[in-house]
Amino acid sequence: MANEAYVRFVDVQKTYDGESLVVRKLNLEVARSEFLTLLGPSGSGKTTALMMLAGFETVTEGQIILDGRPINNVPPHKRDIGVVFQNYALFPHMTVAENLAFPLEMRKIPRAEIETRVKRALDMVQLAEFGQRRPAQLSGGQQQRVAVARALVFEPKLVLMDEPLGALDRQLREQMQYEVKHIHDRLGVTVVYVTHDQSEALTMSDRVAVMHQGRIQQIATPQELYERPDNAFVAKFIGENNRLFGTVRAVDGQSCTVAVDGGEVQALAVNVAGVGSASSLSLRPERVLINPPPGSCANIFDAAVEELIYHGDHTRTRVRTCGCDDFIIKVPNATGRLQLAAGERIRIGWQIEDCRALDMP
Amino acid sequence: MAAPAVGSGGAALTGRSLQRQLQRSNRLRRLQAAALVAPLLLYLLLFFLWPIAGMLWRSIDNPELRQVMPQTASLIQGWEGQDLPDEAVLASFAAELRQSYQDKTLAVAAKRLAYESPGFRSLMFAAARALPETPEGSWRATLTGLDPKWGEPLTWAIIQRAAAPWTPIYLLAAIDHRLDANGGIVAAPADQAIYLGIFLRTFWIALVVTVLCLLLGYPVAYQLAALPPRQSNLLLILVLLPFWTSLLVRTAAWVVLLQREGVINDLLIKLGLIGEPLQLVYNRFGVYVAMTHILLPFMILPLYSVMRGLPPHYMRAAASLGAGPVRAFWRVYLPQTVPGIGAGCLLVFILAIGYYITPALIGGANDQMVSYFVAFFTNQTINWGMASALGAVLLLATLLLFALYARLVGIDRLKLG
Ligand SMILES: Nc1ncnc2c1ncn2[C@@H]1O[C@H](COP(=O)(O)OP(=O)(O)OP(=O)(O)O)[C@@H](O)[C@H]1O
Ligand SMILES: [Mg+2]
Repeated sequence: MANEAYVRFVDVQKTYDGESLVVRKLNLEVARSEFLTLLGPSGSGKTTALMMLAGFETVTEGQIILDGRPINNVPPHKRDIGVVFQNYALFPHMTVAENLAFPLEMRKIPRAEIETRVKRALDMVQLAEFGQRRPAQLSGGQQQRVAVARALVFEPKLVLMDEPLGALDRQLREQMQYEVKHIHDRLGVTVVYVTHDQSEALTMSDRVAVMHQGRIQQIATPQELYERPDNAFVAKFIGENNRLFGTVRAVDGQSCTVAVDGGEVQALAVNVAGVGSASSLSLRPERVLINPPPGSCANIFDAAVEELIYHGDHTRTRVRTCGCDDFIIKVPNATGRLQLAAGERIRIGWQIEDCRALDMP
Repeated sequence: MAAPAVGSGGAALTGRSLQRQLQRSNRLRRLQAAALVAPLLLYLLLFFLWPIAGMLWRSIDNPELRQVMPQTASLIQGWEGQDLPDEAVLASFAAELRQSYQDKTLAVAAKRLAYESPGFRSLMFAAARALPETPEGSWRATLTGLDPKWGEPLTWAIIQRAAAPWTPIYLLAAIDHRLDANGGIVAAPADQAIYLGIFLRTFWIALVVTVLCLLLGYPVAYQLAALPPRQSNLLLILVLLPFWTSLLVRTAAWVVLLQREGVINDLLIKLGLIGEPLQLVYNRFGVYVAMTHILLPFMILPLYSVMRGLPPHYMRAAASLGAGPVRAFWRVYLPQTVPGIGAGCLLVFILAIGYYITPALIGGANDQMVSYFVAFFTNQTINWGMASALGAVLLLATLLLFALYARLVGIDRLKLG
């Protein structure tokens, strides 16, 4: 992938005030036609990274390369990158059609062609009848579609989207996720997408880069990110996660033994510093078994049921075990399931592969 | 006596009593609202609308003859314009002429008649002095004997016109027209036709000042809006600083700066840029400079307030769509500041057309604006009709411009800050 990377960040650093780095040593490669999402908590530098790529913020250090060409000194209007802003930024004094025609006029495309392309773009986002409306006369979802259409109408090879669905309600957001994804699949355009909504990142992206404090913590496919987090931050940030803290007692190739309050846990040695170092164990709630047959799991512990929360398709069971009293187990509400009650004492267990020994957060 | 009390139970609360309660509570709210705006409303009525109405009335009011010669004024309205008025009218005229001469009120009537025809002043006073107490034969013969003019129907037609309850002559004069002998509207003679020129000059000066304010103020407002609030607030105080001194002081300061031995000429001479002092004051140049300076804040403030409200992401969006800075400005930024431009221009223009002190102190004879002549007619010649008529025409022209603006820009898009 390295030699066909369409966008490359090479050791990019950014500071606004000359004191603190907002983006540190960012190295990132985006392949042609890839849908890559920058995911991270608020203030992690996602927008800053995106704005440097779009050309609205200067790069303090390092290089951004687009299609083999360094673009640090190319002004934004010459980069040919479509941008969808969080607040849409549709020009309020122009109609929808004029908004869509704007990038084409800037490119001196003949009138007749502009008309057909605007019409095609409106059809693409199912707003054919709305060309003569002003943005203020559209609903949030419609404005959003216009913003997407405007960023695509001049057929850029790369489109950046900064939390484009952030202002929409949940239902509309989910619908728009599909629409944006379908447009991406159909046009084969490269998309760099920013969000702090992990489910959005997981459902839409080819790859997700998790950012924290200006650094990329892990960059991987959604499945890998969820199932094989590299460090404690990613494990905690993506999906639900039980954490047990302990000290590494022994490392044996792929696996290791970690002493926790109440026993020793066998886990995958993913990110441990060595024997004697502190480690956080990450364990997904749906991978924990209740009352497993003895010997079926490498790790089996006593637990006390503290609380049951009914979620329809599953019941979240909060138990106390290994010195942790908010250990969550997801119990699917399948037929013939166990009926637990608060206060009950049970045994829980999990496999080595499902438990990852990581660094301390 | 069982009044349907407020809380008399759900069942008792019929539709009608609900209605009444709603009305009562609404009435209370309306009364409160009225009480809150009443003082200002009263103030505006008393000190703003009433004077304007008064001005409009005075521009057509025609009181002089009807005060000085009330009986003649009412009798002569019955005259058909054939031959001379009846003997009764002439008798009343002679009596009131003599009476007013004695009461020393004749000058008022004579002055009014002289507006119609300059010869009337001496005609009236000569007649008043020479008129006997009783007619020699008829009043018609007596008056005609004093001066053949009294035998001309035209003379009496003018008196009849001047005795009417209202007159168009002031408004006509304000647009360089007058009534001819037969009451038709004709252009004023060239040497008196100055007011249209003055209106034109007034609007021209106001236009130039407005354009200068816009050209100078727009970049300043843009910069102010782009700065972080702390700095922009500080700079905004500098913009408003001129308001801390009186208009008169600022105008006088410009005289000091611009005069022949003033700071600016000294500086230019010291720098060797000019050999002779330039004439910078008592001409149009000085008027433009001083008025632009004084009115600049009225342009900057509405512009700034509109620009401050424009989020920067529009310009970013324009750039991302391929618009360079210049085209992004013209296509995206400027159109969104139109409400501010409109408000600023309207404010400056309307303030400028009413300017008096600054052109009076800094301008030459050919730089005086309408207000100067309004002041002239009120203070010097005490011709309220003419002063009011100039004011009324100015008001009308301003309203027309405002209506034009409302059509072009839209009144709802006006943003004053
Ligand atoms: N123009 C700026 N001047 C100074 N500091 C800034 C500026 N823009 C962002 N920052 C700082 O840079 C850091 C990263 O900001 P950025 O907007 O990139 O975060 P983000 O990941 O997009 O967060 P969010 O999810 O809240 O949008 C923050 O600490 C922020 O305060
Ligand atoms: Mg952001």
